[in-house]
Amino acid sequence: MKSLISITDLDPGEIMRLMELTSEFEANPGQRLLEGRIVASLFFEPSTRTRLSFESAVNRLGARVIGFADTINTSVSKGETFHDTIMTISNYCDMIVMRHSLEGAPRYASEIARVPVVNAGDGSNQHPSQTLLDLYSILKTQGRLDNINIMIIGDLKYGRTVHSLLQALSHFNARFTFVAPPELELPGEYRQFLKDKGLSFIEKQHIDESIRQADIVYMTRVQRERFSDPLEYERVKNIYVLRRSAIDGAKPNMKILHPLPRVNEIDPQLDGSDHAYYFRQTENGVYTRMAIISYLLGVKK
Amino acid sequence: MKLSSATGGVEATNIMAIMAITETKRFEVRAIENGTVIDHIAPDALFKIIRILGLERDTHRITFGLNLESGRMGKKAIIKINDRYCEQEEINRISIFSPNAVVNIIRDFQVVEKLHVAPPDHIEGFVRCINPTCITNNQPVRTSFEVNGGSGELSLRCRYCEKITPCGQIELR
Ligand SMILES: [Zn+2]
Repeated sequence: MKSLISITDLDPGEIMRLMELTSEFEANPGQRLLEGRIVASLFFEPSTRTRLSFESAVNRLGARVIGFADTINTSVSKGETFHDTIMTISNYCDMIVMRHSLEGAPRYASEIARVPVVNAGDGSNQHPSQTLLDLYSILKTQGRLDNINIMIIGDLKYGRTVHSLLQALSHFNARFTFVAPPELELPGEYRQFLKDKGLSFIEKQHIDESIRQADIVYMTRVQRERFSDPLEYERVKNIYVLRRSAIDGAKPNMKILHPLPRVNEIDPQLDGSDHAYYFRQTENGVYTRMAIISYLLGVKK
Repeated sequence: MKLSSATGGVEATNIMAIMAITETKRFEVRAIENGTVIDHIAPDALFKIIRILGLERDTHRITFGLNLESGRMGKKAIIKINDRYCEQEEINRISIFSPNAVVNIIRDFQVVEKLHVAPPDHIEGFVRCINPTCITNNQPVRTSFEVNGGSGELSLRCRYCEKITPCGQIELR
């Protein structure tokens, strides 16, 4: 029995297999492979977007969904331990999809549950289905995952999507350029991770002409609450906004990704550009999640 | 031979050092018949090691020494436990807090084994995760870490939240 908790649980072969399955589901979404199965969707922390994407995937596969969208009026709000909640619910279903504000909750659940667990986000830690859909978007637009030149811009310190994407792309010899204010630069442990993998990377504080070498520009939100000094936020907030002028001379096939929701970090004028891929990126989410669920339940090998 | 007052000072310091060594030797001479002597403990690790070995509740005769002179490390701490032989797992735990400690197994007043502690690959249970929003700090979940950097600066990676607890910030649960 296999769970998906962290992107590091997957080896490159498994990632590529999941990419193939995602592509199969995109080509043919009407595969009711899980008729009669039950998937518990446990959102200890609300996230409408992610929940609906998972539930849509479950429904497309012909399974049924039970669960909760938040913990108000559940036994959790009555003080039941996380352990007991998971032990009980794992008796009612064939798989658990869960989001939790505490980092590590899904890993612990996967150790005690009798069914596979899919992490739909645990605090600032991991969100592997987001990473897989990011990878699928890269593969689909670039035709490959190997040797991608990627510029990642914004909050590199707290952005979990950045950390997971970096871990995943490290299997595929990616070339990274990181652009962040000093307060939000990549944590030392991830730099060390890349060095240990023998991957070179460049760090910058401004979006510059090196964007012309990029195959992928991955934007993230720079949030006010991440700054201890509000003046510092005011100083940097406009530096990390992607505008049309910034992508002059970009590769014709360069695509801009963003895990969404965005605030103001991509100029809406870019939305109509051939480079903008962030809305189509979310569309890939349902197929990615169909691939994950059917793979973990063994109906697709 | 005539000495200037300055060299005389140095001489005096040397004598003090020799006396300190003799003191330590005497301390060590007052050795135990059978049991374990944990030597070269980093002074700030003494009380943590007392806790991880459960020595507060131990009924054996135990001697602690703190801030003893040590040529190698300046100050050190030492623990002598009569009639108890530390297990490898316990020795591994010691290494998390004091990687330079040396564990001497004593039988009949003789050091029969001298074990240099080595960090294990994994540790379970007795250390706290640095991340306040880790599941292990909010629910009754046993901690579990992968130990990184055996040779250099040691750090712990939480099995659950995946965050790194650096060497200097390792605390007991
Ligand atoms: Zn943790």
